[in-house]
Amino acid sequence: MHVAHYLGLLHRAEANLADAYRQVGAAHAEEADVHHLTGRLAAQCDQHVERLAPFVERYAQEAPQEPERLHAELFAGARGGGLGVLRDLHDLYLMASYADITWTVLGQAAAGLRDDDLATAVAECEQDTSIQLSWLRTRMKAAAPQALVVA
Amino acid sequence: MRVDVQLADGLAEGDVDRWVPAASLLHSNGDAMDIAVKDGRIAGVRGRAVDRVNRGRLGPKDLFGWQANNSPDRLTRPLVREGGRLVETDWDTAMGRIVEKSQELLAGPGGWGRFGFYTTGQFFLEEFYALAVIGKAGIGTPHMDGNTRLCTATAAASLKATFGTDGQPGSYTDVDHCDAIALWGHNVAATQTVLWSRMLDRRHGTDPPAMLAVDPRRTPVAREADVHLAVRPGTNVALLNGLLREIIRNGWYDESYVAAHTIGFEALAETVGGYTPERVAEICDVTATDVRRAAELLGCARRLLSTVLQGFYQSNQATAAACQVNNLHLLRAMIGRPGAGVLQMNGQPTAENNRECGADGDLPGFRNWANPEHVEQLARLWNVDQRIIPAWSPPTHAMQIFRYAEQGSIRFLWVSATNPTVTLPDLARIRRILNQEGLFLVVQDLFLTETARYADVVLPAATWGEKTGAFTNADRTVHLSEKAVDPPGEARPDLDILLDYARRMNFRDRDGQPLLPWHTPEEVFDAWRECTRGRPCDYSGLSHAKLRDGGVQWPCTDDAPGGTERLYTDGVFHTDPDYCETYGQDLLTGAEFTGDEYRAKRPAGRAFLHAAAYQPSPEVPGPEYPLQLVTGRSLYHFHTRTKTARAPELHAAAPDVWVELHPSDAAVAGIGEGDRVRVESARGAVTAPARLSGVRPGVVFLPFHYGWWDRGDEPDGRAANELTLTAWDPVSKQPLFKSAAVRVARTEN
Repeated sequence: MHVAHYLGLLHRAEANLADAYRQVGAAHAEEADVHHLTGRLAAQCDQHVERLAPFVERYAQEAPQEPERLHAELFAGARGGGLGVLRDLHDLYLMASYADITWTVLGQAAAGLRDDDLATAVAECEQDTSIQLSWLRTRMKAAAPQALVVA
Repeated sequence: MRVDVQLADGLAEGDVDRWVPAASLLHSNGDAMDIAVKDGRIAGVRGRAVDRVNRGRLGPKDLFGWQANNSPDRLTRPLVREGGRLVETDWDTAMGRIVEKSQELLAGPGGWGRFGFYTTGQFFLEEFYALAVIGKAGIGTPHMDGNTRLCTATAAASLKATFGTDGQPGSYTDVDHCDAIALWGHNVAATQTVLWSRMLDRRHGTDPPAMLAVDPRRTPVAREADVHLAVRPGTNVALLNGLLREIIRNGWYDESYVAAHTIGFEALAETVGGYTPERVAEICDVTATDVRRAAELLGCARRLLSTVLQGFYQSNQATAAACQVNNLHLLRAMIGRPGAGVLQMNGQPTAENNRECGADGDLPGFRNWANPEHVEQLARLWNVDQRIIPAWSPPTHAMQIFRYAEQGSIRFLWVSATNPTVTLPDLARIRRILNQEGLFLVVQDLFLTETARYADVVLPAATWGEKTGAFTNADRTVHLSEKAVDPPGEARPDLDILLDYARRMNFRDRDGQPLLPWHTPEEVFDAWRECTRGRPCDYSGLSHAKLRDGGVQWPCTDDAPGGTERLYTDGVFHTDPDYCETYGQDLLTGAEFTGDEYRAKRPAGRAFLHAAAYQPSPEVPGPEYPLQLVTGRSLYHFHTRTKTARAPELHAAAPDVWVELHPSDAAVAGIGEGDRVRVESARGAVTAPARLSGVRPGVVFLPFHYGWWDRGDEPDGRAANELTLTAWDPVSKQPLFKSAAVRVARTEN
C-alpha cells in the first residue's frame, strides 16, 4: 500500500505552498491584494496541513523528496516589478496545481480504502485548492497584458 | 404640501425670471428641483412637488449648495504647466497638449495600456457614455474607473452576485408600505435627508414600522431604531450569518420561495449554522440578546425593507456582507412587492449611470465582459472591430490604475470631476504617485482642487445648472437636469470636452466615420437608449422630451412606458447565462468563475444564496495602534467640499475637521471634549479637536471631506485618508476605508 507516500507528498506540498504564499506576499507588499490574500491563503494551507496530520500518522508516512524540489525552484531570489508578480503567481499556480491533483489522487485512495474521514477531508480541502487556482488564474489574466505588452 | 424653497437674499418667488428643471447633484437621492434664474444667474432652488422621489422636499446641501456655481474662484480658462507653474491658456493649446501626448503614447505597442481614466459619480449619463466609448472603442483600454469605486462598487457587485445583473430591486415607495426597516451601515440621516424624512413620517405616523440599525456610531438613525447593534467594525458577515441562522432555525424563512427561486440554500444553512448568537456576540461585541431581538424583528416582519450603505460597502468583507442582506430577503421572500424590498444604496448622485454606462470599467448596459456575445453586441453598435474592446479580463479598478501609474506603466492619467488627492487611501502614497516624473496628468474640474495642483493640464468644466443631461438615482429614477445659465468664462460642459477630444483624436469606426458622431446631449442620449435596449437598464421608452414631464424609473420600454417600480416581482432573476452580467466570483478571494462553471449551476432565473465565513479584517488593532478608525461623512458636505464649503451656510455648519471618540477611550488618553488630538496610523497623522460622542468603545471616527484647498498649497494634517490603508474588497474592489488601526494622543498644537 502506497497511500502513505501520497499523504506525505501532499502534507509537504501544502506546507510548502503556505510558505510560498507568505514569501510572495512579503515580496510584493505594494500589490495590496496579493499581499493580503496570500496571507489568507497561507493560513488556509496551514489548516490543510493540520487536517492531514492525523491521516499521515495513521498511514505511517515515509518522507518523500518530490515537493521539496518543486519548492526549491520557486524563489531563486525575489522578483520585482509587474513581470515579477506575474512570474511569482505563475509559480504559485504550479505549486497549487500540484496540490490539487494530489488531492484528487488521495480522494481516489480514500474511496478504495473506504476511509470516510479521509474522503471528507479531501472533499472539503480540494475545494479550497480549486478556488486558490481560480484566484491565481484570475489575477494572472488581469496582470498579463500590462506586464507583457505594456510595461 | 410642504415645498422647500431657498432663494438669494431679498429675492421673492415672484421675482424669479424663470424656473429650470433639474435634480440634486449633491447626494444619491435624486431629489427633483427647479433652479431659479434671475438676471442670467442661478439665484436659488425649489423642490418639485409633483416628483415621485421627494414631493417638494429638499435637503440642506440642495438648499444652499447652488451658491457654489457663482463662486468667484471658478476655473474660467484652461491651465497648462509652464516651467513648473500652471498658467492660463486657450482651449486649443490645452487640448493640443493632451492630444499630442495621447497620440505619442498610442503609437507604441500596447499604447492602450499607457492610459488611465479616473472619473466620477457626478457626470451626466451622456458624459459617462461618451467617455466609455472613447475608452473602450477609441483607445481600447480597460484602465477606466470612477470614484464610484469608493462609494457604490459593492452595491453593484452584490446585486450582480445575487441577482445576476446590477439594478436596484426596490423602490423608495417601499418606505411607505413596509412594516420593518433595517438600515445596514446606512446613516441615512446624513446621506439622504429626504429619504430619512420619509422614514420618519412613517415612524411618527399611524402603524409605524419597526426599525433596526447596524452602525458602530450612535447616529440619529441608531437613536431612532428599536434595536441598535453597534458592531465592532469589520464584523458584518459574522453578524449577518448569526441573524440568518436564527431566521432558519426559527422557521422564519419561506421554504417554497427558497425552493422555487434560489440556489445554494444547503450551503448557506451549513455556513451560518456555526454562528450562534453567543459566538456572534463575541466576534461583533454586541449582546446575544440583541442579536436575537434583531433576528426576531427581521424574522417576523411581513413587509421588510433593507437599505445598505458604506458601513457595509467600505468595511471588511464588503461584498460578502452585502450579499447576506440580499440572502435575508430571498430567504424571507421579501422582494418585489410593496414594502418588501432591498435598496443597495449609492453614495453619489450619478453613480448609477457610471455603472450602467461603463465608465467604471463595466461594459455598457450591464453587459458581461466575459460573454463574447455581449462584447460583439457593442462592437456592432459602435461599428468597430470587436478586438479593440478590452474584454480579456475584468476591468482595471481604481486602486490598480494608481498602482500601474506608480509602476510607471500608465503614463497618462485623466482625472475628471473628482479629487483623488483627498479621497483615496494612504494619501502620502497618492501624492507620490501624482508627483511622479513621466506621469502626464489631466484634471477636469470646476475649481483648482488639491488634485488639479498636480496637473499638467487643467480643463475648466461647466456643472449642474450650466449644462443639460440625464441621471439616475438610487431607486432607478431618471431625471433630466437642464441648462439654466451659461458656464462662467470659457468653462465648457464635460460632454463638449470629451467630444472635442474624440474629434481631435480622430477616433473612427470601421467605415471611417466618426466613432462619436454626436454634438448634443440629446444625440448621445438617443444612442445610449439603443445601447440599453433589451438590457436590465432599458431606456428604450425614454427620451429627453419624455423626461421633461418628470422622473421615470427604468426599465422603461414600449411595454412599460411609465417605467417599472420594482424588479423581480415574479421571482425570476437575471441569472440566465446569456443575460447575466457576471459568471460569478468567489466571495473570499474574488476568483472569477468561467462561463462553463456558471452554466453548470443551471441558474435558470433563480437567485444565488452566496455563503461566506467570517474572516477578520486585513488590519486589526494591536498594541501599537489599539483603536479602529472609521471614516464617514457630514450632513453638510459632499465629497471634498469643492462645492459645499463654497456655500456659506454649509461651510458654517461644519467648518473644520473633528474626531469622535468614546468617553472611555478618551479618558485612557487623558483627552477631554474639545482637546486637540493627534490620530496616527502606520501611514500618517491627522490632528483634530475631540468630540466625545456615541461612537462605540475602541472606535475613532473622522469625516473624510477635509482637504487643504482652502488652507494652502500643502497638506496640513486634516485629511482622514492620511491614515487609511491600501486594501480593498476582493470582489467589488472597494477600498476598506473603515479598517485602519490607529492610536490617539492629546497634543498642544
